[in-house]
Amino acid sequence: MAAIELRNIVKVFSDKRRGRDLLTLDNINLDIEANDFVCLLGPSGCGKSTLLNIIAGFEQATSGRTLVDGKQVERPGSDRGVVFQQPTLMPWLTAIDNIAFHLKLKGVGKAERYDRAMEFIDLVGLRGFEHHHPSEMSGGMNQRVGIARALLMNPSVILMDEPFAALDAQTKLEMQEELVAIWQKRRCTIVFVTHSVDEALVLGNKIVVMTKRPGRIREAVNFDLPRPRDITSPEFNDAKRHILALIREESTRLAQAS
Amino acid sequence: MTSVTDVSPARRAFRLTRVFQGLERVVVPALLIAGWEAFARSGMLPPALLPAPSAVLHALGDWVFGFDETTQTYSGHWLRDALASALRVFGGFVLASLLGILAGVAIGWSRLFEKTLEPTLQMLRPIPPVSWIPLAIIWFGIADKPAIFLVFLGAFFPVLMNSIHGVKTVDHNLVRAGAMMGASQRQMLTDIVLPAALPSIFAGLRIAVGSAWMLTVTAEMVAVKSGLGYVLWDSYYFLRYDIVLAAMISIGLLGYLSDLGLKAIMAHTLRWQQTTTVQGRAG
Repeated sequence: MAAIELRNIVKVFSDKRRGRDLLTLDNINLDIEANDFVCLLGPSGCGKSTLLNIIAGFEQATSGRTLVDGKQVERPGSDRGVVFQQPTLMPWLTAIDNIAFHLKLKGVGKAERYDRAMEFIDLVGLRGFEHHHPSEMSGGMNQRVGIARALLMNPSVILMDEPFAALDAQTKLEMQEELVAIWQKRRCTIVFVTHSVDEALVLGNKIVVMTKRPGRIREAVNFDLPRPRDITSPEFNDAKRHILALIREESTRLAQAS
Repeated sequence: MTSVTDVSPARRAFRLTRVFQGLERVVVPALLIAGWEAFARSGMLPPALLPAPSAVLHALGDWVFGFDETTQTYSGHWLRDALASALRVFGGFVLASLLGILAGVAIGWSRLFEKTLEPTLQMLRPIPPVSWIPLAIIWFGIADKPAIFLVFLGAFFPVLMNSIHGVKTVDHNLVRAGAMMGASQRQMLTDIVLPAALPSIFAGLRIAVGSAWMLTVTAEMVAVKSGLGYVLWDSYYFLRYDIVLAAMISIGLLGYLSDLGLKAIMAHTLRWQQTTTVQGRAG
């Protein structure tokens, strides 16, 4: 049984102001195995974030079935950790309180909360900043808190919606390396949304290329280049060429259609 | 040889600038008061109609400390009068804050409350609190109650409006993050929506405390026989403009102090926010 099963997912947004419907996701079928690092790759507007939100339970599919660990997804829950595009931390809580927020909601006492959160503070390299508020930390540090917060819930899958898009190039590279290290250490299933071909190739062992209007899966590429990955190696470039060709073919199709 | 107590010219200049920076705040009030004193003493108006600042200060001093009974029956009774007004402000303000936040959060969070409760409250809102005075007197008589009722009316709506706004503008993604971490509906309100709405709620409380003082004084001029507003109105009947002005100064001072107190509570509660705001950076 796959960790995540998407069966015939269709999502239609009704544009009430213009009185028409917009087909955003058209019959998506995808199996994601446990411990996979899957990148959903596509241009903006292809519905990749919508697909992620459907798995998270934030949005409902118009039709189709979403199963996580064999259970139908109906609402958000702590079995699916989400890392948002913006850190989306509670600004009134310190780093450690944000990370342990799930435990507080479950009624766990402060001493145990802090004890368990410290492990994740260390994991994302924020020791010394545990009592800082989000407004006192950089974007990269806040995003680390967001990742630690998702990991602490020990979810079966982690859903990430372009979490590094707002970071500068150097911080982005660092965070990508750390994310891969965390994934290797903790063996979790990650679904990572991105519009960057390079990012998908650095991170994923399965790259799902999506097309735009309506959002469909063009091809799911398995990519098992050993890590750490050399982004100048011939294998890396072969895979990149293949994916870029898929995308280019798609934009020619769209150009001809319009 | 230079001694250790020597102050370099640069440091001396720095100290002088600091002295001047302290002074610049008092320049305008000092000039105004000096001009007023000179004008009052020139005799262009009878002193009874425009008392000089020194006369007002004298009246205020006697009202507070009772040293020479210039203020006759009020001599030495300032604390009693101020306390009477302050208790009305406090009573009405606390009541308005509790109900305003409760109703505001309910309306902001739930469609049901928005549909059932909001139209009635929004219809009551434009009615000036002062126009309730006749009814307040019939219902509550002449005492603390009508004043507290008026203070409540004046303070409730700012708290209500800002609480509704605060809840409605909570970042949608924070609610999603809460749902992702398994928050129940009640926890969503108490642990996410309420803290996120606090900056806006505090803005409402600060407007409310100002209205509270205005309405206490208004009520005391009409429907109560004690407090700063009563002294003000009573002294007007006896043409004691020095006491009228002393009462005005007292109200201004107490209103300012209440706001300072509220600001201190706010700065403590919202200290997480300080580094991100203009106010935080300037301070």
